[in-house]
This record gives sequence, C-alpha cells and structure tokens, in this order.
Amino acid sequence: MFELFIVVLDSTVRLSVPLLFACLAGLYSERSGVFDIGLEGKMLVSAFFAAVVSFESGSVWIGLGGGIIASIALSLVHGVAAITFRGNQIISGVAINFIAAGLTPLLGNYWYKRGGSTPALADEGRFLPIHLPFAEEMKDVPYIGNIYEELISGHNFLVYLGFAAVGFTYWLLFKTRFGLRLRAVGENPTAVDTAGISVIALRYRAVIICGILCGIAGAYLSIAQSSGFVVNMSSGRGFIALAALIFAKWKPVNALFACLLFGFLEAVAIPLQTYDLPLIGKMPVQFIQATPYILTVILLAGFIGKAIPPKAGGEPYVKER
Amino acid sequence: MTDQVDFAIELKNISKSFGAVQANKNIHLKVEKGTIHGIVGENGAGKSTLMSILYGFYKADQGEIFVNGKLTQIHNSKEAIAAGIGMVHQHFMLVENFTILENVILGAEGGQMLAKGEGHAREELARLQKDYGLTVDPDAIVEDVSVGQQQRVEILKALYRGAEILILDEPTGVLTPKEVDQLFAILLQLKEQGTTIIMITHKLREIMHITDNVSVMRRGEIIADRVTKNTNPQELAELMVGRSVLLKVDKGPAEPKEKLLEIKGLEYVDEQGVKRIKGVDLHVRAGEILGIAGVSGNGQSLMLEIIAGITKASKGEMLIKGKPVDIVKGVDAGQIRDMDVAHVPEDRHEMGLVLQFEEWENSILGYHNDPKYSNGQILKPGVIRQDARDMMEKFDIRPRNERLTSAKFSGGNQQKIVIAREINSDPDILLIGQPTRGVDIGAIEYIHNQIVAMRDAGKAVLLVSVELDEILSLSDRTIVMFDGNISGERITSETNDGDLGLLMAGIDSQQQDATNKGAQ
Repeated sequence: MFELFIVVLDSTVRLSVPLLFACLAGLYSERSGVFDIGLEGKMLVSAFFAAVVSFESGSVWIGLGGGIIASIALSLVHGVAAITFRGNQIISGVAINFIAAGLTPLLGNYWYKRGGSTPALADEGRFLPIHLPFAEEMKDVPYIGNIYEELISGHNFLVYLGFAAVGFTYWLLFKTRFGLRLRAVGENPTAVDTAGISVIALRYRAVIICGILCGIAGAYLSIAQSSGFVVNMSSGRGFIALAALIFAKWKPVNALFACLLFGFLEAVAIPLQTYDLPLIGKMPVQFIQATPYILTVILLAGFIGKAIPPKAGGEPYVKER
Repeated sequence: MTDQVDFAIELKNISKSFGAVQANKNIHLKVEKGTIHGIVGENGAGKSTLMSILYGFYKADQGEIFVNGKLTQIHNSKEAIAAGIGMVHQHFMLVENFTILENVILGAEGGQMLAKGEGHAREELARLQKDYGLTVDPDAIVEDVSVGQQQRVEILKALYRGAEILILDEPTGVLTPKEVDQLFAILLQLKEQGTTIIMITHKLREIMHITDNVSVMRRGEIIADRVTKNTNPQELAELMVGRSVLLKVDKGPAEPKEKLLEIKGLEYVDEQGVKRIKGVDLHVRAGEILGIAGVSGNGQSLMLEIIAGITKASKGEMLIKGKPVDIVKGVDAGQIRDMDVAHVPEDRHEMGLVLQFEEWENSILGYHNDPKYSNGQILKPGVIRQDARDMMEKFDIRPRNERLTSAKFSGGNQQKIVIAREINSDPDILLIGQPTRGVDIGAIEYIHNQIVAMRDAGKAVLLVSVELDEILSLSDRTIVMFDGNISGERITSETNDGDLGLLMAGIDSQQQDATNKGAQ
C-alpha cells in the first residue's frame, strides 16, 4: 500500500510540472493585468516546436530554446493585440488557441507525413531522469529510502526547475522592485503611470515571461515526459493551469499546491479505474478529470474563501479619458 | 521694477482639446512661490485637465510651462516628479490592496531590491510625520484605512519624491469636516516650510479660508485672477457661473395648483460615509416650474436621481400625487415612470440614450412595455417607427431619419430625442436635468419653449440646471442648493443673479438682512 502511494505521488509530481509552469506563466501575465486564456495554445505550439527543433538539431537544449521562442512569439501576438491595440484579451486568447490547434498538425503533417506527430526522439534529444547521489544506496532503507529514491530522485531537469521557479517567482514578486510594479500595474495602472512608470513596458515584460514559462511547460510534454509531439498533446492542461491559477488566488506558493492537487487527481484517475471503492463502486474516470473544474467553480461561487482577480485584469489601459 | 516676485509655476498660452471639445484655451497662469493658489470653476471648466497637463499626464496641444522660472518640458509624470511637482488626484492613485509603505515607494523604490528602499522609506515617513503631522501606519493596507488617511498617503507620496510644488485636485470632496480641518492644518504647515500649493476646488468657502491667490476658470479659460483677500465669495460665484447670452423665454404667469411632488427630510450618505444631502424638503405644484440652482456637486444631481428612482436615499419621504413612495428601501425607475413621472437625465449619453441604437429604438426606451408598443414580449416595430417619425416631426429632430444611429445625431438633436420621448409619454411630473447642456442656441430656445408648454398644460416641472440664466428665465420658483442643503428659496421674478450667486456660495442675503434688522 505504501509503495503504491509513493508511486501515485511520484506520478503526481511528474504530472504537476507542466501545470505548474503554465500556471506560473499565467500568474505573471494576469498579475500585470493581461488575462491569458491562450496558455493552452502556447503550450501546444511550444511542445511541437521543441520536438521539431530537438529532432532536427539533436540537442535537447536547442529544442527547449525552440519551444520557448515559439511560445514567446505567440505571447507577443497576444501582447500586441491586448496591450498596444487594446483589443479584447479573451478573444485574442481564444484565437491563439485555435491557431495552435490548427497550425501544429498542419506543419507536422507537412514536414513528417505522420498524421501530425513528429518522429520519436533519441535520448540526447530528451530530458532524461537525473539520479541524485546515493539514491541507489538508500533504496533499501525503509520509507525514507523509498521516498528519496522514487519521489525525490529520478526526475528530469525541468521538474526540479519547476519547483525552483515557484520560489523564484515568490521572491521576484514580493521582494523586488519589478515585482512591486508588476503587482501594482495589474491592480491600478493609472497609479503606476502617475508614479512615472511605463504601463506598456511593464505589461510587455510580463507577457514575455509568460511566454518563456509556457514554452517550458510545452517542451516538458514533448521532450521530457514523452519523446516527440503528438496531435493535441496539451489536451486541456492550459485550461487546468488556468483553473489552478484561480484556485491559487494568483499566489505563487498556492499555485504549487493547486497544481500538485490537480496533478494528483490526474495521477489517481488511472489506478482508480481498476479499484472498487467502498459504497461508490467504480469511479468514472471522467468524474476525476472534471474535478479540477468543479473545484474551481465551487471556489468561484465563494465556498472556499474568495478568489479576487487583479482589479485591472482584462482591461486595456487607456490614458486619455 | 525691483519688486521681483518668484513664480514657482508659470503657464503660457496652454491649450488642449479632446476631439472636438476644447478643454483648455490659451491659459496663462502664474503661481507665486510659497503660496497657496486656488483654482475655482465648475465641473467641466477644465481645471483638472490643466493640472493633468502640468503633471505630465496629458500633453498640451500648445503652450509653455516654466517651473521656478525655467522653461521645462513635461512629457510624462516622471518628468513632472523630477521637476519637483507632486499631485494629489481627485480619485486617489493608490493600489488598494498594497500597504501604505508599498504605495509610497512605488516608482521610487531606490534600487532593485525592496528591502533597502523600504527601510529608507520608513525613516523618511517618520520624519515627515513629525514635521507635518501626517500620521499614518506604514504597514496598514490602503483599503482598510479611512479616505482622509488615503489622502495623506497621496500627499506623503508626493513629498517622499521631493515635491516642492503640490497640486491638490478637489481635495475636500470626499472628506468629513473634521478631516478637512486636519488637511488644511497640514497644508498651512507645508506652506510655512516653503512648499507651493495649487488647490483645485469648486468650494468657495475653502478658497476664502485657505488660499492667498485665486484664479477662476470657466469653459476652459482663466477669466480672472484675484488676490483672495481682495475678493469675496459673491464675486467669485458670479465669475464662475458667468453670464451667458440671456435667452428670453415668453411665458405668462404661473398658475400653481395642487402639490404633485413632495419630498420631506431627504438625506443621502455615500459609500465613504460622507453626507451628500443633508435633509431637504421641497414640493412642486401642478402648473409650475421649480428650478434648482447651485454650483454642480452640491447634491442637486443626486437628488434628481433619487426622485427618478435610480439611486436609493438614506432617509426621507416622497409623495407622488399624494401617494407615498418608499425611496429608502428603493423603488426602481420603472415604478416611478408608471406613476406618470418622466425623467430627462442630466447626462444623455450615460443614461438617456443607447448611442448605438437607431433613433426609433431610443424613442421608446423605458416605455417599451407600453401595450401600444409591445405585445407582451414582442415589439411592434411598425407602430414604434410611425410614432418615432411623428415625434421627429413634432419636435423638429434633424435629420428626419428614424433609422439613423443615435450617435450620428448632433448633441442638440440627441437631447431633443430624449425630451421628445419623455414629453410624448404625457407625464404629470417632468424631471429634467441640464436640459440644454452642450446644445446649440436654436435647440435651446426650442427646448425652453417645450418646458414652458408643459407647465402651461398643468404639469409639474422640476428643473435642475447649473446655468443660472436658464433658471432665471424658466423657473417660477427657485431653490438654491449648497453643500447638500437648501441655502435659500426665492420667487424667481423677485430675485436676480447677484442674490442667487450669493446663495450658491451658501450666503443668504435676505436672512442676513433679517438678522441685521432683528439686531437693530
């Protein structure tokens, strides 16, 4: 039983990481006042280009870079539409999701003729598990050894980076000048403007950071978790990340726990199918998959505290009355 | 001339337009160093625009700014701050869920890391608190503290950035009387220490109380500069309101009959806890026009909204045709309409029209449930359009095209669409706010005649206007509102603009005469 538990937690970690990157990406953007429902599309595009570039170059690092650049490009499209041209941020986000869903299989099929998928990557084209020191030796120590070997050791680089990104984001947001201004511009851009700071420049920086993190989230799917791109690989994770962001009330440490919770739900969905639960019997897998959204709706209805979004979120900044 | 005066600010020939609206026109302004300089004018006179230009928030179309005698380019707030100018905006520029400390340092953090800047800011705040009595708790969240405290944060923000010239835009609008006294004490202390203060307000008593010099703005221009001790509230009130072209309205004597609208003890307290209407009693009789005059922002607009059922009162009673209406629990505007009350709102764009609608659609807004126009759920476009065409003919709305988008009509014709709709509903009581704001001369005359015709038909008309001439030429009785109270009531034919001007500043000359006589 304990071992099964550890295995579930282990896959929880793996499944949480793409959510975590995407959730933090959304956090930067939305904290600056730019709502972003295009996380899903950016992840998908990044997953595709990371796989393509990694396959063509044979280097996982160049692949990661390719994914990130593709994601930043879409972020900038969103930025130009939402910040410069003061367009509707939701519509722009929806458009990005559609572009991504259509563009990736189109290009994939055109280049590789495999129904949209990219060719399988060799080991040097992927992020491989990193075995921490003494993992092998500690394996037989009861409990602690098991936790260390299964849960803490043996993940790829991006997993560790994801957890580090939470701490970094917290530090950046609450301990630095940039963070103060970023939080302020999402709450009251006029106050930022009258303090002599450019609202536009701040929001663009936030949107670019969002692009970078979304890029890592997407690359994780295709060149770390799997070895290559398949059509619609993100399969709604961008939206779950968005739900996690609301669930976390736009706070970085909360985001970690929200993503772990949603990752856990994904991790238990598969084993639960084979077990009969007392009283309920077999749990339909769709129910588990819907749980993140159900929890978010319950939260939004005000049952689990109140989720207050950044006050100026979704509204383009117009200076002249 | 050896008698050199130092000017902290000198504006030369500043102009600014927003689209077709000229907000500032060839403004010249000199502000002496170390004084408190008041700028008075009605809402929309261009005061805030002018100060926003000085603070770099808007860019002037033309003109020059001199700060301490030096020509200074101010393209944005950053440059204004660098020139030593600080501004306390009417609507505070604070991030509400930040602490006071975070708000103070925003934009002046003193380095990439917050910790160092925060330490420095704490010391500086402690010093400013000691020097000027600006006490605040740096760790309090802004939205948890009072409005008066929030304003102090704004002042602290400016001083923390080293402001030597402080602009305050309507600083007392949201404050309780006690907070106003505290603010003035702080301002006087700042002045003593050499800070130059520019204060925008439309409250004459404050100008007389605290300023050294005063400039009066009207319709985008500075029309007078005065040394405060050489002027008086009456003169300033007259300058502010101005005497526009007097339009004579032909009307016979009124024949007032029974009371159709009555209000007793009306009070309104806003979200900030400030009492905006402080116990108003009035009535309007059938066959008379009651005019409500006053500098805008003294409670008359709110009162009109309460009577029309748009805003809930905090206290008071209202009787429509003798029937009580619960204005505290709230009625909706539709229920008021059903009692034969028509309302021409003050702001036709905000409340009177849906600008994207075609004219015929706007011609029945609020009356769409009338069985003549709708069959339960479904509108009868044919009937509505025919009526719209008739109204256009009758009220001379041009162009005569009921299918034209309302936004494409001129201001005067838009106003006529609203007035036509409301008069056409054949009300017993007509509420009408600023009937001729932004309307051309020809339309003004027409609208005025329509209002008089309503009176002659035995309707009760309640007219709210900031145009003194409009009140003088239209109303049979006039009430003047000042600071949420009625400062006086006159039979219009027995008063003049000087008398009303004084009332608008809160001074009742008749009562003074009476007390003088009583004393003798």
